[in-house]
Amino acid sequence: MSGTGIGAAVRRKEDQRFITGKGHYTDDINRPGQTYAYFLRSPHAHATIKSIDVKAASGMPGVLAVLTGTELAADKIGNLICGWMIHSKDGSPMKMAAHPALATGKACHVGDAVAVVIAETLAQARDAAEKVKIDYAVLPAVADPAMAQKLGAPQIHDVAANNTIYQWHLGDPKAVEAAFKSAKHVTKLDIVNNRLVPNAIEPRAAIGDYDSGTGAFTLWNTTQNPHVARLVIAAFVGMAPEHKLRVIAPDVGGGFGSKIFIYPEEVVALWASKRVGRPVKWVCDRSEAFLADAHGRDHVTHAEMAFDGDGKITALRAKTIANLGAYMSTFSSSVPTYLYATLLSGQYEIPQIYCDVDAVYTNTVPVDAYRGAGRPEATFVVERLVEVGAREMGQDPAELRRKNFVKKFPHQTPVIMAYDAGDYNASLRKAMEIADVKGIGKRKRESARNGKLRGIGFSTYIEACGIAPSQAVGSLGAGVGLWESAEVRVNPTGSVEVLTGSHAHGQGHETTFAQLVSERLGIPIDNVSIVHGDTDKVQFGMGTYGSRSGAVGMSAIVKALDKIEAKAKKVAAYMLEAAEGDIEFKDGKFSIAGTDKSAAWGDVSLNAYIAHKFSGQELEPGLKEGAFYDPTNFTFPAGCHICEVEVDVETGNTEVVAWTAVDDFGVLINPMIVEGQVHGGIAQGVGQALYEGAVYDKDGQLVTGSFMDYAMPRADYFPLLNVDTTVTKCPSNPLGIKGCGEAGAIAAPAAVINAITDAIGTESIAMPATPAAVWAALKKSNKLPQAA
Amino acid sequence: MAAVSLTVNGKPVTADVDPRTLLVQLLRENLRLTGTHVGCDTSQCGACVVHVDGKAIKSCTVLALRLEGANVLTIEGLAPSETQLHPMQEAFRENHGLQCGYCTPGMIMTAVDMVRRKGNDLDDHTIREELEGNICRCTGYHNIVKAIAAGAKAMRGASASKAAE
Repeated sequence: MSGTGIGAAVRRKEDQRFITGKGHYTDDINRPGQTYAYFLRSPHAHATIKSIDVKAASGMPGVLAVLTGTELAADKIGNLICGWMIHSKDGSPMKMAAHPALATGKACHVGDAVAVVIAETLAQARDAAEKVKIDYAVLPAVADPAMAQKLGAPQIHDVAANNTIYQWHLGDPKAVEAAFKSAKHVTKLDIVNNRLVPNAIEPRAAIGDYDSGTGAFTLWNTTQNPHVARLVIAAFVGMAPEHKLRVIAPDVGGGFGSKIFIYPEEVVALWASKRVGRPVKWVCDRSEAFLADAHGRDHVTHAEMAFDGDGKITALRAKTIANLGAYMSTFSSSVPTYLYATLLSGQYEIPQIYCDVDAVYTNTVPVDAYRGAGRPEATFVVERLVEVGAREMGQDPAELRRKNFVKKFPHQTPVIMAYDAGDYNASLRKAMEIADVKGIGKRKRESARNGKLRGIGFSTYIEACGIAPSQAVGSLGAGVGLWESAEVRVNPTGSVEVLTGSHAHGQGHETTFAQLVSERLGIPIDNVSIVHGDTDKVQFGMGTYGSRSGAVGMSAIVKALDKIEAKAKKVAAYMLEAAEGDIEFKDGKFSIAGTDKSAAWGDVSLNAYIAHKFSGQELEPGLKEGAFYDPTNFTFPAGCHICEVEVDVETGNTEVVAWTAVDDFGVLINPMIVEGQVHGGIAQGVGQALYEGAVYDKDGQLVTGSFMDYAMPRADYFPLLNVDTTVTKCPSNPLGIKGCGEAGAIAAPAAVINAITDAIGTESIAMPATPAAVWAALKKSNKLPQAA
Repeated sequence: MAAVSLTVNGKPVTADVDPRTLLVQLLRENLRLTGTHVGCDTSQCGACVVHVDGKAIKSCTVLALRLEGANVLTIEGLAPSETQLHPMQEAFRENHGLQCGYCTPGMIMTAVDMVRRKGNDLDDHTIREELEGNICRCTGYHNIVKAIAAGAKAMRGASASKAAE
């Protein structure tokens, strides 16, 4: 390992611009002649749009256009789509309702965009918006997924009877039924996986710019996957042919999934720029984001786990209703199906699993992938069942886990996934040592003396990352392949540009990807630039989500580097007048095996371009190679998180007092960045467990619609986080990487709730476990302790 | 429109603004100092924190016209020179106190003010309490807290060496 190579905690190359205020986010960009868009959004959860009168608004100062769904339809701008086909168990395709970028006929959730004002300034657009008269006829609404399919519930889209999008299942129901019949013990839980608002701190933004001279559009956009945005907006929305649309994702301030999707506002910004003949900029307000960004989670589940007399798990079954909101967002259908049920085996050998999922429409903001996407929901089901099962059977929760761990690899689960490598006992053992689990009895007594209840909770999670083998996901309904691309351009002076289809929005790719190149080519990390986020520079790519950029994106770079090395060896062979097969490349030097004759990296790169040592018939000049890498399997990061809490009996307040995480992410490129990813994931997971929850009232109004009402985790909500790793190499990619971006968010909620329930002695607590909820649970269970 | 004259990062500026213009809009739109960010609309997130007359304030919460004659420091003006970072900036990089970078300018400006008010030896508890007005979604705050503690210590060294000059 060199000082900047694989495994080194290299300080980030991207930080210089961020710490000096020189970042370049979408809202920092202004285009000459730019105008501003302001959206009018439905104040009602469900309402017929009887009329829209734009006359007064159109005459307001600075107004260039007031546009509605009528003009959108007249210009034949297509609907937004969901790109993953799910079939119901009866074989019928999912019921995807039309999703125009501006609602026509009726509005289906509070925040549904109904019209847009384009004006010279944002203030003028806002002022004019107040003059738009929209006559709504309010309809009954449903926000609760558990109520959406009930008789008499308001019908949201004609295509979906009983608001049911699909009724999907996975596994063998008969075999599971048989296993439950012969079980010695069955643990049953009703679980609500609470609805979350992603809230990346940079609000979404878009600038559409149409050039009538070339007929080409440019979109600056806060996106995690610019090429997918271009593909969808070209091929489905029909804005422009793909080669006439350039999408640029500059610095993007966090995503967590919410910036994967193709949203109405970017479509409207492009379309409106052509209409008014000027660039159109839209920047989301935070409160607007609560109503316009896809939310996450929102499952209602009944789950059961069957055990035999030895405490071995024999079967698991779950029935889930997943809320997809008012429209199907870009990848929404995949989240409660193939990203959820396929992980229900956890780290355990479970012979039979059956999962039944109904996805429903409600009058709420669309729901799609949010950090972890389906896997936090699965982990919560499995880890709560195991924990509660252990308590019910009077067994040690760690011991019960150990007994059921998958120990032999590869391991085929009954729910599609084939785990390739892991050592679950190693991460559990290490976490238990670091967390001093042995000493918990003493700590519980100390807390009791202070009138507090202490609890400890485990979460031994697994996730499927490195998303994903294209053929496999294609067979499951994905509309795209999930490979990644890379192009390595070596300049004559030996410096290197890597163009990647991955996109960084906080993950530090400019550093980690450069570390790989530095190590492989033996050149200083400062001689490497990573280029991403522009469809005119990078040919194609699938973007960043699902912890895929290390395992898939870097593997594509490795593949391109292999080709670079092979070509460079040919050049070196001509330079050194040796046979190509005799050339060795090590530490940035090409040498003839067994001799001291060598050529430095910079000499070889120069010779590749000046082409004086070989003829055009012998070798093509230049040193530039591209590669597409399609993974052969998912990767399976796994680990053990242990949470310790203290509950204040007087107030119900839960304080996380200690956190231990031992994760197996395979080979680490930059441990500093990996730790940072784990910290952030834990914070979001603890946020879900203790603080965050999107609350709709019965009329479909979002009650938690700003940072004043939605509890974002703050610095003083956390203890120091003890983060460590174990390593089993991932066998399916060249670097042995598994991925680390989502682990914390996947593991944390179950660890917190297992700790709280251990403390308070009752299992009936829902997330977020606010002080009021914990206090009520204590009161209801009549388990308020006697203070020692 | 109305005129306002103030000093920003040591330079006198005069701007003609709509009376409803907020300081953050003046900085970002009129002066094109885009390092100061807007992350919310309820004065909760702290991405817009700048210093006015030496004190940290949320620039989304003050009208530009209120700042006649004021001395404003933004993230762009914090470093002593083009080639030298402020110790707090350096500490954020060294401790991986940032990921997407969007909350970072506000965090750094808040941290520098924290040191002014609370001194150079900041314990974990104090830093966390003092960060109540700054939200980060990426880092879980862990490395921000480390960065601020280290930056606070380094600022003592920096001011000592400055005094010795």
